[in-house]
Order: sequence, then structure tokens, then C-alpha cells
Amino acid sequence: MLTEPTSPPDVAVVTTPPTTSPLTPRAARWWSRWWDRRGLRIALLGVVVVVLAGLYLLTDVPGSLAYALKIRGLTLAAMLVVATAVGVSTVVFHTITQNRILTPSIMGFDAFYLLISTVIVFTAGATSFLRFDPLVLWGIQVAVMVAFSVVLFTWLFGGKRRSIHLMLLVGIVLGTLFRSFTEWMQRMLDPVAFQVLSDAGFASLTRPDRTLLALTAVLVALACAALIPLLPTLDVLTLGEPAAIGLGVSHRRTVMLLFTMVSVMVAASTALVGPILFFGLIVANLAYSYAGTFRHRFTVPTAALLAVICLLGGQLVLERVFAFTATLSTVIEFAGGMFFLTLVLRKGAR
Amino acid sequence: MITLHGATKRYGRTTVLDDVSVSFGGEGITALIGPNGAGKSTLLGLVGRLLHPDAGRVDVDGRDVRSTPSAQLAKTLAVLRQDNHIVARLTVQDIVELGRFPHSRGRLTVADREHIDRAIDYLSLDEYRHRFLDELSGGQRQRAFIAMVLAQDTKYVLLDEPLNNLDLRHMTEIMKLVRRMADELGRRVIVVLHDINFAATYADRIVALRDGRIVADAARDQIMRPDVLRAVYDTTVDVREIDGRPVALYYG
Ligand SMILES: Nc1ncnc2c1ncn2[C@@H]1O[C@H](COP(=O)(O)OP(=O)(O)OP(=O)(O)O)[C@@H](O)[C@H]1O
Ligand SMILES: [Mg+2]
Repeated sequence: MLTEPTSPPDVAVVTTPPTTSPLTPRAARWWSRWWDRRGLRIALLGVVVVVLAGLYLLTDVPGSLAYALKIRGLTLAAMLVVATAVGVSTVVFHTITQNRILTPSIMGFDAFYLLISTVIVFTAGATSFLRFDPLVLWGIQVAVMVAFSVVLFTWLFGGKRRSIHLMLLVGIVLGTLFRSFTEWMQRMLDPVAFQVLSDAGFASLTRPDRTLLALTAVLVALACAALIPLLPTLDVLTLGEPAAIGLGVSHRRTVMLLFTMVSVMVAASTALVGPILFFGLIVANLAYSYAGTFRHRFTVPTAALLAVICLLGGQLVLERVFAFTATLSTVIEFAGGMFFLTLVLRKGAR
Repeated sequence: MITLHGATKRYGRTTVLDDVSVSFGGEGITALIGPNGAGKSTLLGLVGRLLHPDAGRVDVDGRDVRSTPSAQLAKTLAVLRQDNHIVARLTVQDIVELGRFPHSRGRLTVADREHIDRAIDYLSLDEYRHRFLDELSGGQRQRAFIAMVLAQDTKYVLLDEPLNNLDLRHMTEIMKLVRRMADELGRRVIVVLHDINFAATYADRIVALRDGRIVADAARDQIMRPDVLRAVYDTTVDVREIDGRPVALYYG
């Protein structure tokens, strides 16, 4: 008889070391029983978020507390919204595409964002770009990014030959194409216009526009709310398309719906703060091992909370300990890029 | 009954299932045999609505699978595919719970939990309940997947090569279990097998496929004949009677 060796299921890549505790056996037992309660693990993350937020808002206030609260409150809100969008969308994207080393940014969100900005500066000029109604700009960015990614996804996933590798390849090729095109246009810009664009090219969490922040928050909240009833279906999608269909999930429709939510979240937050590439990858994979289960009602909130902790904690350390400003996104992208390489290399080694 | 009406499936210009009309899924076990590439998995794919026929129709209990709501069909028909690769790490309990999804929609009731426990118990997986699938042997993993389709609690159970990767003892174990599922639980099982002796021992009816066509369809004694097996597999197969049972010898 024909035997096809089935490869062992992929192991979650990051594994947290078992908590070794220096406590007495009884305390250790108590600790491990407590740790087994998944809801409590998430609650613990929630507590960390609250503590970090408190530290961020209330410590090291140079002048008036009210003023500091106002400024920092906005940044904090931006972090919460963006982190939630990135964490949630990456986990969902992983499940619907059946892989754990890509993020939705593979669909070219960041490259597209820069391209749109550049095209606007190129055609309308830097001054009008800066004077452009941010609301209109944001709206254009979100609409174009969502439309583009949904078309791309439908093309790559709706057809007969759906493949992750094809999607990865097309994503990389298009991303490179957009970037070269962007660069080519930027070469022809004057230095001032170029500077304006360079600033747009890095994620910036500080001083977000209030209206845009509110709009993004609403979009992300709506997407998250729409996601809640789909969490059990996401669990089934973990099994892959054939098994999910066998269990009665209308696969194509559900996946398209989920992908649209993902792209709305990513597009809205990218349009708000700028490109965020690898960040989601770290938090999603951390979430898989921290949550200790594949169930999305645990992994999704865990990823969102871990994303908040990463952003907020990173910002605190950089700003208060090292007195750096505005470098957080660079650090996160660097760390994320290294992490991505490790994942790819480890996969390749097996 | 599961009925194919002139079902045809093509990939490009190759026809892998050619105008097949057959009806199966009566009481007991139907074995589907045939050489590699004969179209067995394709046939199960059409029945399990994973593939759409280019011509013809597939009915389950008189209703076209393409117009029956998928969620409803999932309560009548369970399919275990030939290969089951899962990206995430899942435990035995996890996948059996997921098998219950058509009934629970993700909210397990007391009745659902009973079904899950019974399925795990039925396949003697209790001690592996909380093990990850990648921590199991091939046979244990196969049993876990069978527990999953069992928990789905459907009238029809389609198994594509459930004996893949199993040693002698586990092959026998699984086939006995499949027999029990048919006899005790009244499941109507359609199972793809390569070892025709297993088909002859456990199945009530054998359907043979070759090059996308049904070349034989009968009770086991009519199939277990050198001329029929030669027509199916295009190789010489000797059939001997041992203890009153036909046994095929195809080891050269
Ligand atoms: N996606 C596909 N594209 C093109 N050809 C395909 C595709 N899937 C299957 N085929 C072809 O269809 C034929 C039937 O395949 P099928 O998987 O049904 O065979 P099978 O009887 O299950 O064989 P095996 O015993 O090896 O599992 C084969 O020749 C195969 O190459
Ligand atoms: Mg097959």
C-alpha cells in the first residue's frame, strides 16, 4: 500500500520555558494551578497594561499634570488602538492563511501607503500635502489600501490555485515595485518635499490627529466587535480549508469577511501612524505560546494585550530610561525583522 | 444514500472522474479500492463538497450537495481526508471538540461533551486526551482523527485511507473499530483501502475504480477473483482460499 509520510504538525515556534519557581512545593503547586487558568493569564496581562498606562501617564510629569495628561492621553489612546489592530489582525491573518510567519503587511499595506503619499506630494506639491485635510488624506489612504488588498487577496485566494507561496511572492514583488516607483518619484522631488515624505515613512505614535484617532478607534472597535461571533469559526479554520468545509463552514465567504476586517484594521492604523511591518509577528507568536491554546477567544485578546504592552513598555523604556524620542518604531521594526529572520531560518533548518 | 449521477471531474484536459454513476452508503461498510490516481480521493472530494463536478450531480439522501446548506450537510456527512496537516498545535481533546462544531457551533453543551467523551473513549484515547497531536504516534494520531469524525455524529462517514502509516496491529485495530462503528453505532462507512485483504475481510461491498471509472462493484467474493483484480490493478494477483476466506497474494 502507498504510504505518504505525513510531516509532523508544525510546532509553535516560540515556547515559553516552563515557569520554574523558587517557591516551596506548595506555593509552586498553587502557582501552576493558577497559571493553568487561561482567563487569569489574560487578566494578568490586563493588569500589566493598566500599570504601564498609569506609569506612562502619571510619572515624570514636567509641568502641569492636566496638560501632560492631555498630550499623553492621546498618544496612549493611539497606542491602544494601533496595538489592538495589529495584534488582532495578525492572529486572524495567520489563521486564515494557515501560516505563522507572515503578517498582513505582506499584502503591501506599507508600500502602498508610501506610494499614495508620494503620489500626492508629487502631483499636488509638499505644501498642499501638508495643508491637505488630514481627514481626506486618511480616508483616501484607507479606502485605497482596503480596496487594493481585498482585490489582491481575492485574486490570490479566491481562485483555484490558492497558495501561500504565491501570495508571498506577489506581495514581495508588488511591494518592491511600489517602493521603486515611490523612490523614483521621490528622486524628482525637491529637498523640502522629500523631507516631508521621509517623516511620513516612519510610524509615529506621538501627537496623533484627534479626529483621525477617533475614526480609527471606531473602525477598529467595529471590526473587533464583528469578530467576536466569529471566534469559534476561526478555531475551526485552524484545521485548514478541507476540514473546515467538512465541518460546515462556508470557507470562502468567511475568509473573505475576515480578511476584509483585517485589512480595515491594518489600513486604518497604518493611515493613522505610518507603516508598521513586523511588529504583529512578534506579538502573535508570543501570544500563541503565552495563551497555551489555539482557541481564538484566548489568542486574540492575548495578542492585542501583548501588543499594547510592547508598545507602551517600549515607549516607557525609551522615553523615560534612555530619554530617546520618536525611535520606538525603528526599534520595534528592527526587533521584528530579526525575529522574522529567526523564524524563517528555523523553518528552513527543519 | 449517496448517489452520483454522471459525475465528471476534469483537471485541464485530463478527466480524472469520467461520468460516474453509482449509489452507496447503505448499511455497513463500502470499501473503495483502486490504483493510485484512480480518482478515489476525487470521488470523496465531490461527495464532501470540496470539489465541484464539471458535469453531473452528487446527491446525499436525495438532495444535491451543492444546494444543501453546508452547515446542515455537516450533520449528515463526515469526511476524514487522506492527509491532515495542521499548522497550529492542537491536542486530541481540541480536535474532537472541533469535530462537534456542526452541532455545538462552538458552545459545548452537556450533550456535546458526552459525545466528545464517548468518541475519545471509543478510540481508547483517554490517556492521550491532553497530548498534542505532534506528540502522538502515527496510529494514535489517526485514531484521534477518527474520534473527531465520530464526534461529528453523522449518518455517513467517509474515510480516505485511514490505514495510512499504520503497522499491522493498528491497521487491524482501526478496521475492527470501523466495523464496530458500522454495527453498533449504525454508521454507514465508505472507506478507501489499498490493502484488498482488509477490504475483503471487513467490507460488505467493494467498489473498484480505475482511470476515473467504476470497473467493479459487488459483494467481496465477486471482487476477490484474479481476473477482476487484474482488471483493477493491472498486475497479477493470486487469490487463495484460506479458512474459507479469499485471500489475495500480491507480494510477487
Ligand atoms: N489539483 C489537481 N490538479 C491536477 N490533477 C489532479 C489534482 N488532484 C488530483 N489530480 C489527478 O487526479 C487523479 C486522481 O487523483 P486522486 O487523488 O483522486 O487519486 P486516488 O485514487 O485518491 O489516488 P491515491 O491512491 O494515490 O490516493 C490523479 O491522476 C491526480 O494526478
Ligand atoms: Mg487518494
